[in-house]
Amino acid sequence: MKVSIDGLHKAFENRIRLGIMSALAVNDKLDFNSLKEYLDVTDGNLASHIKTLEKEKFIGIEKTFIDRKPNTRYFMTLEGRKAFEDHLKVLEQIIKSQK
Amino acid sequence: MNKEQDQLQNLAEIRSMMERSSRFMSLSGLAGVMAGIYALAGAAIVFTRFNFNPDSIVTKPDQLTYVIFTAISVMVLAIGTAIILSIKNARNKEEKAWNATSRRLLVNFAVPLFAGGILMLILLSKELVGLMAPFSLIFYGIALYSASKFTFDNVKFLGLIQIVLGLTGTYFIEYSLLCWTIGFGVIHIVYGLYLHFRYER
Repeated sequence: MKVSIDGLHKAFENRIRLGIMSALAVNDKLDFNSLKEYLDVTDGNLASHIKTLEKEKFIGIEKTFIDRKPNTRYFMTLEGRKAFEDHLKVLEQIIKSQK
Repeated sequence: MNKEQDQLQNLAEIRSMMERSSRFMSLSGLAGVMAGIYALAGAAIVFTRFNFNPDSIVTKPDQLTYVIFTAISVMVLAIGTAIILSIKNARNKEEKAWNATSRRLLVNFAVPLFAGGILMLILLSKELVGLMAPFSLIFYGIALYSASKFTFDNVKFLGLIQIVLGLTGTYFIEYSLLCWTIGFGVIHIVYGLYLHFRYER
């Protein structure tokens, strides 16, 4: 998956993936259930989008145990932050150029 | 499909997600008004019934136990009302009241508040009763200030006002109960009404 012709990254074309990135941009770490709640999606749907972003190395995973129960938390990687910021810049430019 | 419309929509969604996932926006304005009313009632009771109005830092008023009981009742009522009305508010917006955002809000609010609460007990044990009302304002203000990052931004100003009132009350001990009444009573009602009319209608 790469940048498409207009400079927008393909990974951000989907609104759920964009939502995951937006939430992680302002939160250091979020667990699966919090993300699910914010985005209002099913487990499977969210998991597959997380996998896509993970493959792009845009988000990282941290596995810990809370009361011996596994707890997975996601965070934005430096690479992901840069891609997200670039994406915002392009969006901004597209809107500006239309005015 | 219209492209720029599309991108505008995207930006709007990004913004809303950032806000929703980092700030708890279901704080109830009415709860603020109620808290103010409890505080006014509490202040009126301790002033008229128990003659409580310390004019020096070290003092031991006669009916101190009743005064403290009143203060604790005001606090429990105010916090209880805030929790119940905020949960109701969140339900109306079809959000969960207990999520990562509200948890963070609560932790950031609770840490300064507990520090203040323990300090109150220490002051009481040393008979520094005159400092209790203004110090409670200061610590409440700090708690609000630190929680403001996770809810309405203007809670910050509410916190700053309480801190200023607390410091004023510490310097002019004879006006400390008045400062407390203004801070917890009047300011709460004003801010609560502002929240209510700005965001809840």
